[in-house]
Amino acid sequence: MELNTLSIIFAGLATMMVAASLLAVTTRNIMRATVYLLFVLFGTAGIYFILHYAFLGAVQVTVYAGGIIVLFVFAALLIGRGTRDLTHTSILRYTAGFTAAVTGLALSVYLIFTHSFPEVKSPTSIVPMNLIGHTMMGADKYNFVLPFEVVSVLLLACMVGALLIARKR
Amino acid sequence: MIPAEYYLVLAALMFFIGVFGFFTRRNLLAMLISTELILNAVDINFAVFNAYYYPEHLEGFFFTLFAIGIAAAETAVAIAIILNVYRNLRTIRLKSIKNLKF
Repeated sequence: MELNTLSIIFAGLATMMVAASLLAVTTRNIMRATVYLLFVLFGTAGIYFILHYAFLGAVQVTVYAGGIIVLFVFAALLIGRGTRDLTHTSILRYTAGFTAAVTGLALSVYLIFTHSFPEVKSPTSIVPMNLIGHTMMGADKYNFVLPFEVVSVLLLACMVGALLIARKR
Repeated sequence: MIPAEYYLVLAALMFFIGVFGFFTRRNLLAMLISTELILNAVDINFAVFNAYYYPEHLEGFFFTLFAIGIAAAETAVAIAIILNVYRNLRTIRLKSIKNLKF
């Protein structure tokens, strides 16, 4: 019964995500593309919840859906009429992009179904929060305090860089 | 349990839809949206490999976590650059951008 519910939820999420991504790359209105991207991001958060990674899903919703979408909306509103002329791609470029995407997709799907992956381990329960905290802040093997600190420096550099680039002359 | 291949196929679909958008869009903001699709697909892959094949450690989990943070930083800088381009050229069409320095 549980398997059935999960499968139905996964099928719904997957359908929504693929449809929303297709619309996000084909619609002519930049605001609509942003909203379709928001649907894809929520679907990704749902996938993380299905995988029992609740913390990752929460981070996805706050950072992506809460932060990045707002940035896109601000940019689209600030730029305004500059975003009207979205497409008018040449048919040659369109065909090239379509061919590249379909070829790559076929190759990846073929590899996914022919490659022998290692054995699937038993399904996990929700990852406990104190394990996440210890793994993030620990300095032992399989712990991540160094990347954590490096990311904090990167975020500082990016903040300074964004201010420098976008300031008024 | 849903087979891991289903997740991987979903991520591959998202990835190549993003690649298609990156090739066909001629507008900087729309190209950035396609890049977000690609990044998300890769994040899903990391989480799935961690959850299905190596659940004893949290490496894919943390890779995804840091990738989300770096994607946010990258988007902030990219949008700052796009706003600067728009301020200087009054357009963000790819065709009109020929020089790195104005």
